Amino acid sequence: MYSGASNFVSGTDDAFVVIIGISVIFLVGITAAMLWFTYRYSKKRNPVATQIHGSNTLEIIWTVIPTILVLGMFYYGWAGYQPMIKAPDDAMNIKATARMWSWLFEYENGIKTDTLYIPKDKAVTLDMVSPDVIHSLYIPAFRVKEDIVPGKENKMWFIGTKEGSYELFCTEYCGLSHSYMFTEVKVMPVDEFNAWYTRMADNAVQDSTKPVVPGAKGKQLVQVNGCIACHSLDGSKLIGPTFRGVYGHNVVVVTDGKEREITVDDEYIKRSIYEPNADVVKGYIQGQMISYKEQLSDDEVAEIIEYLKTLK
Amino acid sequence: MAEQTIHHQEPNYLEYQGKYKGLAGWLTTTDHKRIGLLYFYSMMTFFLSGVVMGLLMKYELIAPGEQIMGAQTYNGLFTLHGLTMIFLFVIPGVAAVYGNFFLPILIGAKDVAFPRLNLASWYLYIIGAIVVLISQFMGDGPPDTGWTFYAPYSLKTNTNVVAAVTGAFILGFSSILTGLNFIVTMHRMRAPGMGWMRMPLFCWTLYGTGWIQLLATPIIGITFLMVMAERLLGIGFFDPTIGGDPILYQHLFWIYSHPAVYIMILPAMGVITEIIPTFARKTIFGYTAIIISSMAIAFVGYFVWGHHMFTSGMSSTSRWVFSLLTFLVAIPSAIKVFNWTATMYKGSINIQPPFLWAIAFIFVFMIGGFSGLVVGSLATDIHVHDTAFVVAHFHYIVFGGTGFAFFGALHYWYPKMFAKMYNIRVANIGLLIFFIGFNLLYFPMFYLGLMGMPRRYYDYIPMFEPANLLSTIGSWIMAIGLTVILVNLSRARKMTGKAVDDPWDGKTLEWQIQSPPTVENFEEIPTVTTGPYDYK
Repeated sequence: MYSGASNFVSGTDDAFVVIIGISVIFLVGITAAMLWFTYRYSKKRNPVATQIHGSNTLEIIWTVIPTILVLGMFYYGWAGYQPMIKAPDDAMNIKATARMWSWLFEYENGIKTDTLYIPKDKAVTLDMVSPDVIHSLYIPAFRVKEDIVPGKENKMWFIGTKEGSYELFCTEYCGLSHSYMFTEVKVMPVDEFNAWYTRMADNAVQDSTKPVVPGAKGKQLVQVNGCIACHSLDGSKLIGPTFRGVYGHNVVVVTDGKEREITVDDEYIKRSIYEPNADVVKGYIQGQMISYKEQLSDDEVAEIIEYLKTLK
Repeated sequence: MAEQTIHHQEPNYLEYQGKYKGLAGWLTTTDHKRIGLLYFYSMMTFFLSGVVMGLLMKYELIAPGEQIMGAQTYNGLFTLHGLTMIFLFVIPGVAAVYGNFFLPILIGAKDVAFPRLNLASWYLYIIGAIVVLISQFMGDGPPDTGWTFYAPYSLKTNTNVVAAVTGAFILGFSSILTGLNFIVTMHRMRAPGMGWMRMPLFCWTLYGTGWIQLLATPIIGITFLMVMAERLLGIGFFDPTIGGDPILYQHLFWIYSHPAVYIMILPAMGVITEIIPTFARKTIFGYTAIIISSMAIAFVGYFVWGHHMFTSGMSSTSRWVFSLLTFLVAIPSAIKVFNWTATMYKGSINIQPPFLWAIAFIFVFMIGGFSGLVVGSLATDIHVHDTAFVVAHFHYIVFGGTGFAFFGALHYWYPKMFAKMYNIRVANIGLLIFFIGFNLLYFPMFYLGLMGMPRRYYDYIPMFEPANLLSTIGSWIMAIGLTVILVNLSRARKMTGKAVDDPWDGKTLEWQIQSPPTVENFEEIPTVTTGPYDYK
């Protein structure tokens, strides 16, 4: 129980032990009493009931004792929660973006990943934003959870205290692929994390200087923006049409309820990213995708188009 | 408890013919007993459809990956399952069926205060249900928001949300009017000598429930109107991109929907409080304490809604205040359990199906209540919030509590309502199978939640498979138990021979009149001279 993966595990599990422990004692005690009374005072064994109208003493006792017990439980719940309120000042900040239906983590040096990498034994604060609907970031092994509400900046913090990989789920229902919106937290030893952190940053710098492979930047954008949660790269049909071979392909789209055939070109892709519901490919549900106008600049869209051209 | 003799001459309410015959007679009836049965049959239809949806979902979750349906279908199904079970079964539930049928009889009245309004409430209920049904077939597909309609998702999805919230809005009025009717009935129509402190405790719980229905339901009505205005007219109440606040929606939703839990559970507690003295052949232990605890639940229940939002980013002050209030509401529930148990002490217990349903109720209700402490406490709620643990918790309360009381009440009052007795042995076997299936279905979900499986999950990672499999098997066993119970009861209707008027030796007024009751219940309004559970 106490082999906790974060600094909040022992406080939370103490509250679990206290509440569930007291509950089990009462559950077993009351059930046993009911069954015993039913047996002992059945019509056969006790033909005449003794009429008892009540007892003020008993009423007071069984009001006061549960009151004390629940106040105790309340205290443990509060004590386990209280440290979660404020992060230490030296915590490392990571921006966590949740969108239908993928995660994006942005570090202070500009690295973007879809898995959360954190150093062991160091406080981490997540600044959480959502561009679309409410999500909730939940790491069961850490005993932490906080909703990600569009228009608000909720925060959470924790210290990963045990090396390893842990599940990270979305726990606020957010539509079609809610149950597939999960990733992992990787807790790494500090030196390993630092090596990874600088290596990733260097790669980012190198990428901007070295000769450009066509579509390499677009590929990265497609990954970190979670496009591939809904658009496959292998031709299979997910929530949206596959990216494979999409460029230059002829498709039938539905525009304002009317069907028309178009060729997928630069202009169409750009419109599909900025106004995804304007022309929806026939056979796909409208309203599943939000506009990425705020997230992706014209240049970035151009990079994505370059990448799509490579997917034959 | 009353001095009265009955002559079996008047036609009973099932045979009586007014202006219209047959079905038309039922659809135009203002007899509270017939209206109770109208609710009963419509509610059982919705309940059984909800059960089928539940079984389909459990089958889908038997293993990871797709079994019988896609994610969109599953999301629509849990939405409809929630809407059906919450708004069409458990909220009206015990009060609309047994409250309508027995409240006037229990207080010695011929009907409720406003019989025609009572019929109108049933029609509103049916219209609301039809609109919810329409939402499944019209527009751009069944709503997929969950029964909570959380913004901004409910504003962004292009499924047919407007029809569904309109249905729920209409159902709200049915609930408000029923609550109003019952409150006035108890104030104005008690028989001579039936003082407030002589009312059977089931009536007291209906009284508390009536006030919650009257005061809390308008809030959800307005909230749903706001959702419609936002979807249809683009007024920014809840969507932050047009200036709204999604957290405001959650507050408004739970200000009603938490007290709604007490609308569901209070009358259920009332039923159990009637059953136990009758079968213990003993007066209730702590009559006044039970009244005070019922009213305390109804009152404190208004101030705990924030515990649904411990992870929403609410201030830490709101969090501890709502947590503390939530713990306080646990106390009156505990008092009730102690009083029920104490009533059994030194009784002379006649072990019959209704009594067994009552102790089964207390057991599952306690599990529901204790798991409620886990979700009411801050640190532990943060871990299990929106996981399968919560699903287990509220099914233990809403289905284990209200559902068990509903079936307990059916076995208790069946001989009075229909003047037939069911097969006792089969009823007990049905209960046993149902009880085992119920626990096998929901208990593994506590484990799944503690392990971290989120709720409303169409698919899951392999580590959650064994407990889900167990839960699915439980759902089948429960379905078998339910079938045994319902077949047994419906076969009893066709039995020849008549049940005696007071098969359980009950002391409240309904057992003093003939079965089935006459249209006006009492030939002469009785004069009440003692308390409700007057065993000598």
